[in-house]
Amino acid sequence: MEEMRLLAEWKYEPKKLYRGYSKEFLSVDLGREDGAFSCDVHPVSEDMIEKFTGGRGFGLKILWDKVTPRSKWDDPENALVISGGPICGITQYPGTGKTYTVFLSPLTGQTYNSNAGGYFGPFLKASGFDALSVSGKASENVVLFIDGDEGMVRLFAWEPADRNSYTVTEALHDHFAENEEDKRNISVVSSGEAAEHSWWGALNFSFYDPRRGLPRLKQAGRGGGGTVLRDKKILALVVKKRNFSGTENNPADLSVLQKVGTKLHREIRQNDDVQSLMRKIGTAHLNLIMNDYDILPVNNFKFGRHEDIMKIDPVRYGFTQGYADGCWYGCSLACAKAVDEFELLTGPCRGQKVTVDGPEYETAASLGPNVGIFDPLWTIEANFYADHYALDTISLGTGLAFVCECYELGLITKEHTNGLELNFGAKDDLLELIHRMMDGRDDFANVVSQGIRRMKTLFAGKYGADREIMEQIGMEGQGLEVSQYRCQESMAQWGGYFLTLKGPQHDEAWLIFMDMVNKQLPTFEDKAEALFYFPNFRLWFSLVGVCKLPWNDVEPSDNRIRYKGIEAAKVPEHVQNYLEIYEAVTGKPLSREEMILQSERVYNYERIFNLRMGKGTRQYHNIPDRALGPVFPDEWEVRSEYFDGKLKEAGHDPEGLAVEEKISLLQAHRRREWEKLVDAVYERRGWTPEGIPTIETVKRLGIDYPEVLDVLERRG
Amino acid sequence: MILVNEREIPWRKGMTIQTLLDECGYTFRMIAVWIDGTPYRSDQFEKVCIEDGADVQVLHMICGG
Repeated sequence: MEEMRLLAEWKYEPKKLYRGYSKEFLSVDLGREDGAFSCDVHPVSEDMIEKFTGGRGFGLKILWDKVTPRSKWDDPENALVISGGPICGITQYPGTGKTYTVFLSPLTGQTYNSNAGGYFGPFLKASGFDALSVSGKASENVVLFIDGDEGMVRLFAWEPADRNSYTVTEALHDHFAENEEDKRNISVVSSGEAAEHSWWGALNFSFYDPRRGLPRLKQAGRGGGGTVLRDKKILALVVKKRNFSGTENNPADLSVLQKVGTKLHREIRQNDDVQSLMRKIGTAHLNLIMNDYDILPVNNFKFGRHEDIMKIDPVRYGFTQGYADGCWYGCSLACAKAVDEFELLTGPCRGQKVTVDGPEYETAASLGPNVGIFDPLWTIEANFYADHYALDTISLGTGLAFVCECYELGLITKEHTNGLELNFGAKDDLLELIHRMMDGRDDFANVVSQGIRRMKTLFAGKYGADREIMEQIGMEGQGLEVSQYRCQESMAQWGGYFLTLKGPQHDEAWLIFMDMVNKQLPTFEDKAEALFYFPNFRLWFSLVGVCKLPWNDVEPSDNRIRYKGIEAAKVPEHVQNYLEIYEAVTGKPLSREEMILQSERVYNYERIFNLRMGKGTRQYHNIPDRALGPVFPDEWEVRSEYFDGKLKEAGHDPEGLAVEEKISLLQAHRRREWEKLVDAVYERRGWTPEGIPTIETVKRLGIDYPEVLDVLERRG
Repeated sequence: MILVNEREIPWRKGMTIQTLLDECGYTFRMIAVWIDGTPYRSDQFEKVCIEDGADVQVLHMICGG
C-alpha cells in the first residue's frame, strides 16, 4: 500500500454515552486548500436534543450553522454531517445501525440526507460523538481517522494509485487493523473516482464480513454525497472502536430492549419466509411483484411490465447466495445480499473474481428493465462498477434510461456520444459509458453523470436537442432522478415523489398500493393526510437511527386481522415497539403523537432551510409529464383500454380521437389534478399555497428561532 | 357480481379468495382480505368461498418502498 503521511493529529477525551447520547459532536475543518486544519469538539445542547432529536435532525442543525444562504455544494463551508441518532448502535432490536449524512447537494442545490447501514454510525457514537461534521477543502488527498479507543483524530495524506471504493476500503481495513480479527472494529466511508467528475457520487459505508474475509459496502448513494466528499479531497473517513458491546448506548432500561427485540426476532423467524423473504432473497424479490402491478420501470418509465421479466427472477439467477446477511449486529431481518466469485468481463478489473454487494431492488430495476436490459449478469457487473467508482445506482439507471430515450428519439446522436450507440438494451455501450464516467476524460460521459437536469440544459445548448420533449420525459424532480417505481397511476405517489423535501426518493412516502390498488385514499383530503402522516412517520427513523425495513417488511401474524384499513398499514404493534425502545434507550416516554411532532419539527426546519437556500417553494415541486401519464402513442396503445377508461372518468369521450389528442387531454386533466393535490397537501402540512411553512406552524412546533423567523419574514 | 376494491368483478360459484387473487393478478405476499367487514387469515384463502354480491377488500400491506 502507498505510504500514508501524517498531516495533523488531535487528542480528545472520549465521552461515554449516556442514554443514547454523548452530547458532543466532532467538527473537523480542512481549511481552504491551505493546510489550516482544525478539529474541535462541540457540546450538544438540551435544546438541540429536544428540537432535533439526533441523526438527520442534528445534521440539519449543524449544517445550517456552517453554511450561508449563498453557499454552494462545492464551497468549503459545505459540510458532510454524519449522525446516527440515539437508538443507533443498540444490538437488541433489528435494523438499528443506520446512519444519516446531511449536506448541500450538487444535484439539487439544497439540503440532502442519505442513509446507509454498516458500522460507521455506531462506532462513531461509541467513540464519543453524536455527530461528525467535515467541512473545508484539503489541497491533497486525505484520510481522516478517528481512533475511539485512544481518543485520537488523525489526518493523513495518501495518494493511492486506485482511488475507487472497494480498493480504498479494503486497503484501509488492512492498514488500521492489527490483525484479521481487528478488521471488524473498523468502518470506512469512501467514494470513488467517478465522484471526482460526476454529481451522482455515492458514499460507501463499510462493515467487515468475517465469513467472506473482506469488507462489504452499504451505500448512502443518493444526492451526491460522494461528490462532496471528493470535492473536499477526502478519500475516506475511518473510525475504529474495539470491544464494542451491546450496551454501548448505556440505555435507561436494557431489559425492555431485550424483551421487545426478542419479540421481533421471533416474529421475523416465524413470518419472513411467508411474507417478504428478506432473509432468503432480499429486496430484489420486488422486481417480479412490481412487474405484476405495472409499476416496474421499463425503458425510462415508459412501460410498467415486460415479457422478459422471468429472465431476471432473483431466485433463479443468484442475486444472493442464500446467506442471511445483516449490515449491523443483531439484525435478524438480514436483507444484505452479495454475489460471490463473480468474474468481471469488462473494465479495469476484468478477469477478477469479486464479491458484489446487492443488487437490491432499486439497482436490479434501474440497471436492468429501466435501461431495457433483462440480463442479471449485466446488472451485477454494472452494480459492481457503480459501487466501485461510487455512482448512485438509482440516479445512474434513471439517467441512462433518459439518455437511451433521447438517443432513440434522435435528440442526440452517435456524434455526440463519442461513438456509443445508446439504444435501450445496448449492454456493451452502456457499460462502456459507465467506465467513461469513472475516467472523466470523455466530455459526453461527464455531461451525463451530472444528472438529468444538467443533461436537459446541455443537450439543448450543445447539441440542439428539443428541450420540450426532454422536459416531458426526463424523470427528475428538484434535480434528483426518480427512484424505481412507476407512479403515473397513483396520484398519491405523485406527491410521495414530487412533494418531497429532497426530490423523488421513495423514503418519504410509498403510497402506490394504498392508493392505486387498495383504493384507500379516494379524496384529496385522504391523500393529503397520507402525505402528512407517512413522510413524518418515516422521517422519525432518520432522527433515531433505525432502518425502515423491520417496520413493515415483516408484520405480526394478526396485524391485518386485528387492525383495519390504513391503521393496519401503519403496523401499530411495531410503532409501539419504537416507542418502547426509544424510552428504553433515552429514558424519555414518547407517545405516537409526540413521535410525529418530533419529525414534523425537523421536516419543517428542512423545508425552511431550503427556502433559505433560495429553493423550497411551489415552483420547485415540479413533476414531469411522464410521471403523470403516457407521453407518446406507444405508451397509450400498450394499455389503450385502460387509458381510454381513464379518459372517460375525466369526462372525455375517447371515441374518434387520435391517440395524440387523447394523450393531450389526459395530461391536461392530470396536471389540473396535480395542482389540486399540491393545494391539499400544503394546507395539511400547515404551509401557505406557495409551499412555505406559516409562522403559526413554526411557533406550534417550537422551531421559531430568530434565524428561522428571519427566513420566513424575508419571504413575506 | 362482487365488489373488489370498488371494482365490479363477475362472480361464479365456488370462487375462493385465492382464485379471486389469482384472477386479479394480486401476487403480493402480504395481503389482507376482508369480506363484508370480516377479516380472513391467509391460511383460509384456499378454503373460503366468496358469496355473490360480497364487498371484498384486498389490502396490500405495504406502504414503504
